Amino acid sequence: MTTLSSTERPPGASGSPAGSGGPARRGRRRLGDRLLFAYTWAVIIWLALPIGVMIAFSFNNPHGRYNFTWTGFTLKWYGPHLFDYPSLTTAIGNSLIVAASATTGAVILGTLVGLALGKYRFRGLGTANLVQFAAIAAPEIVLASSLLSFFVTLRVPLGLPTIIVAHIMFCLSFVAVTVRARVLTLDRSLEEAARDLGAGAWTTFRLVTLPLIFPGVLAGALLAFAISVDDFVVTSFVAGSQQTFPLWIWSATRNGLPPQVDVLGTLIFVGGLLLVSAATLIGRRRPA
Amino acid sequence: MRRLRAAAVPYLLILPGGLWLVIFFVIPLIALISLSTQQGDIVDGFTQTFHFANYATAWSNYHQQFLRSLLYGGLATILCIVLAYPMAYWIAFRGGARKSMYLFLILLPFFVSFVLRTVSWQYILGDNGLVLGPLKSAGIFPQGFRVLATGTAVIGGLTYNYLPFMVLPVYVALERIDFRLVEAAQDLYASRAVAFRRVVLPLSLPGLFAGVLLTFVPVAADYVNASLLGGTSNTMVGNIIQDEFLNVQDYPTGSALSFMLMALLLVGMFSYARALGTEEVLEVAAR
Repeated sequence: MTTLSSTERPPGASGSPAGSGGPARRGRRRLGDRLLFAYTWAVIIWLALPIGVMIAFSFNNPHGRYNFTWTGFTLKWYGPHLFDYPSLTTAIGNSLIVAASATTGAVILGTLVGLALGKYRFRGLGTANLVQFAAIAAPEIVLASSLLSFFVTLRVPLGLPTIIVAHIMFCLSFVAVTVRARVLTLDRSLEEAARDLGAGAWTTFRLVTLPLIFPGVLAGALLAFAISVDDFVVTSFVAGSQQTFPLWIWSATRNGLPPQVDVLGTLIFVGGLLLVSAATLIGRRRPA
Repeated sequence: MRRLRAAAVPYLLILPGGLWLVIFFVIPLIALISLSTQQGDIVDGFTQTFHFANYATAWSNYHQQFLRSLLYGGLATILCIVLAYPMAYWIAFRGGARKSMYLFLILLPFFVSFVLRTVSWQYILGDNGLVLGPLKSAGIFPQGFRVLATGTAVIGGLTYNYLPFMVLPVYVALERIDFRLVEAAQDLYASRAVAFRRVVLPLSLPGLFAGVLLTFVPVAADYVNASLLGGTSNTMVGNIIQDEFLNVQDYPTGSALSFMLMALLLVGMFSYARALGTEEVLEVAAR
């Protein structure tokens, strides 16, 4: 049986997958594909459903804070009314401050770690990888409760600085992983060529290595920003009396979420899409 | 001298980030473990008395929530597999030029805040909300019917929030499969079902394995979904930890629960990896 070559097969029993079998079999295959296609789209629509609800209700015109039922179309929340809740405005500001600082810190520290892990073999590499893996794999609530235990033990006052410090901690590993992946694809001979042409270590890094790993750094920065701005669990443990956007939403759920939250959510959604599209274009301009 | 400096380069690069991780990840973990055996209260402070009974008390008070976390985590992970696999399969083998568009659509929820997405489900599933309201007034469901504040809503929310973490690794594994292997199987008279079971499935197991790790651990430790969608009678261990730390301020109990959760999940992860080690799975499947 196993020695049977393709020329000896009885007709109609096989062939390329697209043309395998008779018409009945092909029909079944097409039906299967169609079902899978419909299934995929059904799941995608399910995934998008809450986003659709959020965007729709950002145009709703409710009486008071209870934005549960559709009461009419309005654009007014996209104007000055967006800032009707000063604590919400502060929370959004805090989110941006935290995300910007955490991204900056995590990109600097994480890029250096990513370079070390990707470019060099050294004693302790295994431990470094393990700690990093643990920081990514540990459940968030464990990170959160550890940090709070740590800050309580040392009597560190909680606030924006503790949030930023915590965010740098969990964002840094994600940056390191993205940068490391990029470093592994580097063509070493380019750096060697620069050194042969008389460039020093710093010049080589600035003019050759950094531009080559830049897409990785950029992807890491976007990832860090996204994770930081959306973080709820760790932030809620180390925030003290400060609030960020997710924390504000959480504390407001009991009293009903005003439409301003949906507007801000929609603006962040659209802004994020634009940012990622721009980054994708930049990444395409610098092929690997 | 120069060689010495060259050897120091990776350590110098890794030093700032490594120190950061040690100070704000490793040492806090030790602080957590230490706090878990202390006694006292928030006003007078806690003192280390190696009071291991904290663990026994925490377990006897909250084992129900612990077991519920594992149950919900397991069910949501299974649902994620069921939802993710067919779609990852279709995108990998039939997505054609639109593969990245489909992946992008699957990642869309990540552009909306996690808490906001879950609150959105609260609205959708509400007792008189967007779905049940019209169905109830049409008489399809009785007035007392509810989805919100049930375990079903929590598992649904968890599945929703973590599905992309299952789709992506499964997709990556399927995408790498050389389709000529499937053709070869069919040339050797394997039916489509057999070709799937003996070629595609075994080759996609590493992705499935990664997906299970990426979903089960965060799902079992989640408390946002249980809080927003589960009411008061479907709490998970995360809810208790959060409550002990942020409301009750009984840090030792919270720490003990947190450490138990981490230990349980780590032991689970490692024994899972051992039992289903990728090569062994491939060997079993090949037989």
